[in-house]
Order: sequence, then C-alpha cells, then structure tokens
Amino acid sequence: MAETAVKTAKKESTFAFGKKERKLIGDPLNDNNPITVQVLGICSALAVTTLVKQAVVMSIAVVFVCGLANLAISLLRKSVPKQVRMIVQLVVIAFLVTIVELTLKALDYEVYKQLSVFIGLIITNCIIMGRLEAFAMANDPWRSFLDGIGNGLGYGAILIIVAVLREVFGKGQLLGWKIIGSEEAMIDTTGGFLGGYLNNNLMVLSASAMFIIAVLIWIHRSYNRKLVDIS
Amino acid sequence: MDLFNIFIQAAFIENLVLIYFLGMCSYLAVSKSVKTAVGLGLAVIFVLGITMPINWLISEYLLSETGLFGMDLTFLRLILFIAVIASMVQLVEMVIEKLSPTLYNALGIFLPLITVNCAILGGSLFMVSREYNLAESAAFGLGGGFGWFLAIVAIAAIREKIQYSNVPAPLRGLGMAFLLTGLMGLAFMSLMGIDPDALGAN
Repeated sequence: MAETAVKTAKKESTFAFGKKERKLIGDPLNDNNPITVQVLGICSALAVTTLVKQAVVMSIAVVFVCGLANLAISLLRKSVPKQVRMIVQLVVIAFLVTIVELTLKALDYEVYKQLSVFIGLIITNCIIMGRLEAFAMANDPWRSFLDGIGNGLGYGAILIIVAVLREVFGKGQLLGWKIIGSEEAMIDTTGGFLGGYLNNNLMVLSASAMFIIAVLIWIHRSYNRKLVDIS
Repeated sequence: MDLFNIFIQAAFIENLVLIYFLGMCSYLAVSKSVKTAVGLGLAVIFVLGITMPINWLISEYLLSETGLFGMDLTFLRLILFIAVIASMVQLVEMVIEKLSPTLYNALGIFLPLITVNCAILGGSLFMVSREYNLAESAAFGLGGGFGWFLAIVAIAAIREKIQYSNVPAPLRGLGMAFLLTGLMGLAFMSLMGIDPDALGAN
C-alpha cells in the first residue's frame, strides 16, 4: 500500500524514453496497427501502393504530419475551447499538409504529379484526426509526438508491404529496377508465349490492395489471437 | 460534357469508393447494419451535393487570379475547402438531430466524421483538376454521393448476411469486409470501358 502511494506521487520525467514510451512507438506496428486493427487511414493505403517509391513518400509525409500535428495539438490542448477544437485541429493539419505538398512539389515534381490528389487527402487521413482526438487531446506533448510517429510508422509498414507485393508481381520491378520477368525473353518472334513470368495485371488494379490487406489481416490475427473479432 | 453523363460516370463508372477507394474508413466502420448505412449514405449525398458547387464558387471567385483578390491564392484551397465541408457537416448534423433523433443516435460519432471523409475532399480536388463548371460540379457531387450511397448499402447488406456464415476466425469482420470490397471493386471495374457520350449519341 505504501509503495503504490509513493509510486503515484513520483512525477514522470518530461522527456523519458522508457518502456511506456517504447510501447507508444511499438504498439501501432503490431497490436494497435492503424490500418489492420483501428480501421483508419485506408483510403490512401490502397491508392498509392502501385509503386514502392510512392508508398515510401506517402509514409514519410504521414509520419511527419501525424507526429507534428500531435505535438501541436497537445501543446494547445488546454487553451482551445471545446466547440472549436475540430476547426483548430483541421487548420493545424491543413497547414502541415500544405508544407508537405509544396516541399514535395519542389523536390520531386514527378512523384508530386503521380500522387496528385492524395497528398491533399492526407488532411482527411483518419489516422491523424483519430490520434488527435484519442491521444493528443489528453496527453503531454512528448508522448503525443511519439504516438504520432508510431502510428505513422505502423501505417508506413503496411503501405510498404502492400506496395512491394504489388510492384514486384504487377510490374516485375522494385523501386524502378526490373527484377523478374522480361517481355523480350518470353515472347518469340511469332508472338507465341515461351514461358516465364508475365506481369500479373490484377496487381496493378486497386482491388488487389484490398485482397493483399485482407490476407495480411488474416495472417496477423492468426498469430496475434487476441485481435480476433476486435473489429 | 452532358450533365447526366457526368452523373452516371461519377455514380457508376468512376465510383468514388469502389474505383478510387475514397471514403473507406467510414465505409468499413458503418457498414455493419443496413439501417445506419442508409442514414450515412443519405447524409453523404447531401453534403457532397451542396459542398461541390460552393467549393467551385470559392475556387473560381476567391482564389483564382480573376477573382475577388486579384492574386493567385490557390495554396489556400485545401484549408478553405475543409472549412466549407466542416460547416456543411455541422449543418447536416443539426438537421438530422431535429428530424430524426434515432438516426442521430445510431450514427453517433460517424456523422461529424463525414468532415474527414476522403470522398468529399477528394471529390472537390477532382472537380478542380478536371476544371468542371458550376452545373457540372453539382452533377458530379450528386452522382458521387449517389454512388457512395449505393456502395455502402450494398456492402452493409452483404456483411449482414455474412455474419451467419462460417468464416475462419482471423478473417472474421474486418478481413472479410476487405475481401468483399475488393470483389465489389472488381465488379464495378467491368463498367470502366463505358463511354457515356457514345451512349448518348444513339
């Protein structure tokens, strides 16, 4: 009894990186994954995973926006009235996403053109709003920042897995480098098929991302039994 | 392009949720029963149908170079669109609370979450990139909303029935919903080659 009283009286250090903080980064990668458990952030997970490069850029963008938005809202949480909190959150997120959009436009115009609408759609990415409401509004800045980074990384992990499968089997390449299949080797001079790997066109369609994520969920929940029937 | 063609294209051939996979979060989360799916679908039609023309007006008369301020303010587009959508959703929330308190309670948190429904902002950004005029924006909004409504009611109906099937435990619930949506997406993709203008010509 006396020990618990002493423990609760001890103040938590502001910038600690102990077990609890590691859990904030590690949980979204496994037990509390935004895409496969929390059902958040799915829209962009399906559309930008045709190429691994797009998926990586998107993941970096979401990690950046989620972490900093969590940090900003956590710093503001005590001074914002309840009625306008959604507007404040949206303005902060829109501000950060505009920075990302303009930076990307300047650094790599090709990728910016390919991603087009989906960079703007990071504003409506449910992960960011979801974590702001669920975590940043009730916790201190350092931990909110870690939680944002963790959820961004969890989202990025799923995105990259799906993108690797879709690009390797759909286009026979990885990050632009051709690794399997070769049109010239497989079609002979009369146009007949000689054998070997032809690009699987189902993987290029967006529906394939749904099937891949369904199988990922199946595998994930088979190993992690406590997630069965959770959503 | 004919207004009806834009409506048909937005509703079926380029369905916002089954082809572009916009608005998936609330689509997967609210589709457990047909009643709530219908309610949310109708709310989305209303919000899309009204915010599209308003966003067009803002984009054309406030933010463009020929507009009110005389300078290119397109970088403010995202913030202003979201502000309009948020206010519209607040309005819809008040209307539903007055007209049907049961539906309001059934939808719960997902009614305010229409604000961050990718379909609405995504639709607005498509409208801007395709450079529709005012009437075309309205047709696109209504068509997109109608397509979203059809998709969510369809999958809610299927999920209600699938609850009584023998699905493997790890795949139950969310995994099955993903599989079903993928199959529905493939089905809708069979419509992709249709050219509405060619249909109208006959």
